Amino acid sequence: MSYLAKPKFHHPDIETNELGFTHRDYEGSISTLCAGCGHDSISSAIMRACFELSLPPHRIAKLSGIGCSSKTPTYFLGQSHGFNSVHGRMPSVLTGANLANRDLIYLGVSGDGDSASIGFGQFAHSIRRGVNMVYIVENNGVYGLTKGQFSATSDRGSKSKRGVVNTDSAIDLAATALQLGATFVARSFSGDKSQLVPLIKAAIEHRGSAFIDCISPCVAFNNHEGSTRSFDYVRSHNAALNKLDYITGRAPITTDYEPGSTQVVKLHDGSTIRLSKIGADYDVHDRVAAMHHLHTRQATGEIVTGLIYLDGEPHDLHDSLNTVTTPLNELNTPDLTPGQKALDAINASLR
Amino acid sequence: MKSTDIANPNYFHKVVDCQWACPAHTPVPEYIRQISAGDYTAAYMINWKSNVFPGILGRTCDRPCEPACRRGRVEDEPVAICRLKRVSADYKDDVRPLMPKPASQKNGKRIACIGAGPASLAVARDLAPEGYEVVVFDQDKLAGGMMRTQIPKFRLPETVIDEEVGYVLDLGIEFRGGQRIDSLKSILDQKFDAIFVGTGAPRGRDLDLPGRKEAAANIHLGIDWLSSVSFGHTDKIGKRVVVLGGGNTAMDCCRSSRRLGGEQVTVVVRSGFDEMKASVWEKEDAMHEGIPILNWLVPKEFTHRDGKLTGVIFEKVKAVLDAKGRRDLVPTGEPDTLIECDDVLLAVGQENAFPWIEKDVGVEFDRWGMPKVDPATHQSTLPKVFFGGDAAFGPKNIIWAVAHGHEAAVSIDKFCRGENIAERPSPLTNLVSQKMGIHEWTYENGVSNDLRFKVPQKETAIALRNIKTEVELGFDPKLGHAEAQRCLNCDVQTVFSAKLCIECDACVDICPIDCITFTDDGEESDLRSRLLAPAKNLTQDIYVQDGLKTGRIMAKDEDLCLHCGFCAERCPTGAWDMQKFSLEITHAGPGCRSKA
Repeated sequence: MSYLAKPKFHHPDIETNELGFTHRDYEGSISTLCAGCGHDSISSAIMRACFELSLPPHRIAKLSGIGCSSKTPTYFLGQSHGFNSVHGRMPSVLTGANLANRDLIYLGVSGDGDSASIGFGQFAHSIRRGVNMVYIVENNGVYGLTKGQFSATSDRGSKSKRGVVNTDSAIDLAATALQLGATFVARSFSGDKSQLVPLIKAAIEHRGSAFIDCISPCVAFNNHEGSTRSFDYVRSHNAALNKLDYITGRAPITTDYEPGSTQVVKLHDGSTIRLSKIGADYDVHDRVAAMHHLHTRQATGEIVTGLIYLDGEPHDLHDSLNTVTTPLNELNTPDLTPGQKALDAINASLR
Repeated sequence: MKSTDIANPNYFHKVVDCQWACPAHTPVPEYIRQISAGDYTAAYMINWKSNVFPGILGRTCDRPCEPACRRGRVEDEPVAICRLKRVSADYKDDVRPLMPKPASQKNGKRIACIGAGPASLAVARDLAPEGYEVVVFDQDKLAGGMMRTQIPKFRLPETVIDEEVGYVLDLGIEFRGGQRIDSLKSILDQKFDAIFVGTGAPRGRDLDLPGRKEAAANIHLGIDWLSSVSFGHTDKIGKRVVVLGGGNTAMDCCRSSRRLGGEQVTVVVRSGFDEMKASVWEKEDAMHEGIPILNWLVPKEFTHRDGKLTGVIFEKVKAVLDAKGRRDLVPTGEPDTLIECDDVLLAVGQENAFPWIEKDVGVEFDRWGMPKVDPATHQSTLPKVFFGGDAAFGPKNIIWAVAHGHEAAVSIDKFCRGENIAERPSPLTNLVSQKMGIHEWTYENGVSNDLRFKVPQKETAIALRNIKTEVELGFDPKLGHAEAQRCLNCDVQTVFSAKLCIECDACVDICPIDCITFTDDGEESDLRSRLLAPAKNLTQDIYVQDGLKTGRIMAKDEDLCLHCGFCAERCPTGAWDMQKFSLEITHAGPGCRSKA
């Protein structure tokens, strides 16, 4: 945590994106989280992803609940829309906002307490409805704001900082999201931006409910020996499925890859994800196999990261409800009250 | 790349660009912090220890520190280091109680300093408190050398010279003013244990052109004319004056002329404006006083009538690169220009002159007439004779003369004790953590967004009325504080300890300049291209540390680091720490002597 604002000076040769913005233009106010918090790294990855995608900040809405993770939207995208909701209620506020204005990019930022405990139901329903959003859980496996109690995602058998062993089963949010029908499921690690940034970019471009379970070590309460969310534990148990390259539609694919080792996935907007497989032969389009793989590796104590599942033909809540393509908040009185003639036509059709 | 060895005193010294660039290695950020804190006396004494003449240099220094200043790479302009030095001199309390006392016991060694300019006075200051009996000779009645005779009073008031020369002479030094030395032999005969020659570059270069002899009454050598003005022998000049030359002496000549009756004063220079030797700010000050500077004109002839100068004829030239890439001035073919004038001041260079050193005393000279002097020890071929300042290696400036004085004093101290003077003492360095709390440091780490403040000046009309009216008013304490806040505290170093690092990326994420990268090791040229922000400034080092758990390295580009300490504030394990690097050059005295 720092008291001072970040100095305005930046590198004179700083890179700019298509909009002429630098990555500094995607910053928020200075973080008040503990020094070294994994959440700050995730904020940084979100800023990097938005910068690289050249997203206009005013077309993004960031929503959160309560907790360390839910404080973070203040610390990135200072020029974007934001809503800090009641504990665990981010998904319903996000769903409402998305229904009212489908044109914005929705970034739901939550934590393991906010999504796996008090807001577990909200999380489940937003995923099963297929709200078009990026739902990121900054998962540190601990209640940091209340000084280090186990959270619902803490692994059974892991040790708290005070030496207490957790006796409850853990909720695997990625596995739950798969089971609930999310059309994009990934897991990553705050300490590996080279994996996290392309995942966030792909999730933003995904038209459907994209869920990222991001392991984020709590340096204050969950980075000790015996923890399964520490930097050391995650680094030594990371079973990365694939290495991601996110390529925007305009960029030509220049490198040839060995067949079989690379899977090229087209996204709806014409952009591409190129997956270099690392582990076993793994198909990101097979939901059942993905669930099986997650459970198998979890049983051996490994943490599966990377793009776990992707539905190539996603559909979202607006498709299900058959809403108009114009955002509801842009519909005017003539659109909403088409007049006597239209009413007569409807009545006639029902006779 | 090899992990950086921060134990090498040069590594962090180089990061303090200003101190590294200063010939006397003045701890600049340290005294600027004292100015911020309002402790002008402490700021003055830090300066006095390093450069002997803070009040004089705060007005006249050539400021090698300022082009080096990191702030000038981060934004448009460097910190006004020189003028902050003056703030410390202007607002200090009485510093006499803080000065060293004359030695209570003499050590029996006698040292002669010839010339009472900055180099000799620096030697005298370093040696007198150590018990040496120092005798300083000068042709003028008052000590100070060129600082007194050649720098006009509107830039450097006499009171400042009297004060600071006084601090040196008060150390129990014998000053024999008004005694011109015409023979080195006569000094050698007086059985001094060592002799320091700091006689400067006292001869102005002449221009042997047609008309020079005939119009001699109105053609003056710049530095002689300036000293004549300084002593009050000359108090007027013609209405139309041409100054030839593009150095700082030319600027002093033209601005002095404006104050002694010169109404149309013109500076004419052979080369282009940007290549002129004069400091940028001195050119600006001259132009501000209504003095045009004409470039690419080579003087051809002095015109005269009835033994009186009437003007100067110039040929127009341009710069052309020859086959070897050397720059040549060739006539453009345009018609010559005549500038009519009543007086001409020649400021086309200075030369050394040693007619008073007998050829057979053992001091050898090279073919350009310069003494053969060891660049490190300042010893001549006659072991007990040392040279410094302009007399040693040709015209430079005051701060170089002071630096030479310190080195020569070390040599003399060792020489008089029979030690090997080629063994130079290492500087005294220290590295101390500045951490006071989780995010509290002993220095103000907030970065000021202010642009460089201008030094207030006297209104030109008033300034031109009297040659003794100082033009620059100096920063007042409020402006001085604001300017001091622009300093980035480059001496507070980012020190990294790989064994404490957990590679959480917090420092990388927070760094405003993107200067920290964790990446795979590689050769320097490859690494420089792979950093988060490309490290193109090859004069600045990359700080590399290996030994991280993932096998990667930490690479930090020192070039643009703001020393804001945010990396250390965000580091959960204290792997980054802000540590103040201090470096003091060892002067004459016990510290410079062999330990054996």
